[in-house]
Amino acid sequence: MTFMALLGIAGGLFATGLFGVLARRTVLFQLISLEIMLGGPALAFIASGSFHGDAQGQGMFVLILVLAAAEVALGLALYLALRRVAGTDDSDALDRLRR
Amino acid sequence: MSGFIALWCASAALASALLAVTRPGIVHGLMWLVAALLSLAGCFYALGASFAGAVQVLVYAGAIVAVFVFVVMTVDATPEALAEERARLSGAWRLPAGVVALVALPLLLGPNSTGLEPGPATVPLKALGALLFGPWAIGVEIASALLLAALMGARHLGRRR
Repeated sequence: MTFMALLGIAGGLFATGLFGVLARRTVLFQLISLEIMLGGPALAFIASGSFHGDAQGQGMFVLILVLAAAEVALGLALYLALRRVAGTDDSDALDRLRR
Repeated sequence: MSGFIALWCASAALASALLAVTRPGIVHGLMWLVAALLSLAGCFYALGASFAGAVQVLVYAGAIVAVFVFVVMTVDATPEALAEERARLSGAWRLPAGVVALVALPLLLGPNSTGLEPGPATVPLKALGALLFGPWAIGVEIASALLLAALMGARHLGRRR
């Protein structure tokens, strides 16, 4: 029961982050939501590894951590470049490629 | 008992995450993100993954959030900007929420309990090290290449023209 509840909460974390990415238009909030999205699978991997008594759950967590660090570094650099070049932090305002 | 603590911490993380994505102010959102990450770390400790918990506190709640805090200083935080964000959020949350519910409900309802369920077990750190330096060595190398690419990308995007 505990295991399935933890997996459900992991799914809920992922869904919460997905909602944030879709609903917020500010780039920084979308980055925060991406962090929350990555937290869902991390919890699922740790719970699975713990309940199966296997180290691979924590191994996948380390890889997720690397992914999150790379994503934040690039995302924040892109955000700062966006502020400098376009003067906005609204992802809806970035439709110049369309024209 | 540790299963109950893990559930409690995970629920706190979920509630904090919900607050983090719905606050209009970026600083409040960031603080709730820290709360969510620290609750997740508590959950990892309760599940016996103490290395993951420590790394969660150090790297996620420490390093990543510190970088966020530096960037938050560039954000327009006037009351007008806050009011605009609040107005935009109050109108535009229904469609994304519907889409997410449509995607997430089968995910939450789909899996059935397998019945057999031992309690959470502590995984020795030695096993994790043997895994990362043995069978998963190529995966670790790919991860390090990813970090290097992110470093060079951030350097390239951040330079002054």
